[in-house]
Amino acid sequence: MDILAVGIGGIFGALCRYGIGTLAHKLSVSIFPYGTLTVNLLGSFLLSFVAYGSLLRWNLPRHYLLAVNTGFVGSFTTFSTFSVETMNLILQEQYITALFYQIISLVAGFFLSWAGIRLAIGLFEKPEPAES
Amino acid sequence: MNTLLLVAAGGFLGAICRFTLGNFVQSKHRTAFPFGTFVTNLTGSFLLGILSAQNKVHPLVFFFFGTGFMGSYTTFSTFELESNELVRKNKILLCLIYLLSSAVLGVLFAYLGYRVGKVL
Repeated sequence: MDILAVGIGGIFGALCRYGIGTLAHKLSVSIFPYGTLTVNLLGSFLLSFVAYGSLLRWNLPRHYLLAVNTGFVGSFTTFSTFSVETMNLILQEQYITALFYQIISLVAGFFLSWAGIRLAIGLFEKPEPAES
Repeated sequence: MNTLLLVAAGGFLGAICRFTLGNFVQSKHRTAFPFGTFVTNLTGSFLLGILSAQNKVHPLVFFFFGTGFMGSYTTFSTFELESNELVRKNKILLCLIYLLSSAVLGVLFAYLGYRVGKVL
């Protein structure tokens, strides 16, 4: 059951990543991998926000959380393409672009993940209003 | 339409393999270091490197294995969340090691895969 939830989330994550990648490819004229950068940064924020939102307030059922976070957001973002795109930039002797791509992905990804955690804590950590 | 189906099928299997293998690898370690994601991200970079070296690979094969499977098998969002959780546990050095080793080894493994793919 866990596996099915992750797999179904993975289907939609991969399709959304593919859609954004295709769109970025059509809109962009540069060799910079905007598509992967976009999904990786969006996903870093979303995963952290949902993980902490669920932990602090929503208390999502296990299978929902697995489908949304491990499945959907986990598959929406990708590390292998990030590595291969960097390698391709290096093979094309675009060293500065390769380094910039790595640094902006790591630093902005880390910051957006942090922001997702902070937002969830800010919104949800206060005790819920008393029932009575 | 075929393309979407192949990306979806690859995404389904890739996410399941990441989840299963990641949990298995992590269960073998008692350290705070996220070995599960580390292993899937590096092996996925290697395998996608092999695929990227193949000029004759059919586009539909690439949509299934590359975009679908490898794309979903590896993950960037979990990698960044795990880095933040290391900082929250005051393991700053481990966080830096995780970030930098994943990034550098990821490119290195992609290149190793690329070289392997060139001779295959």
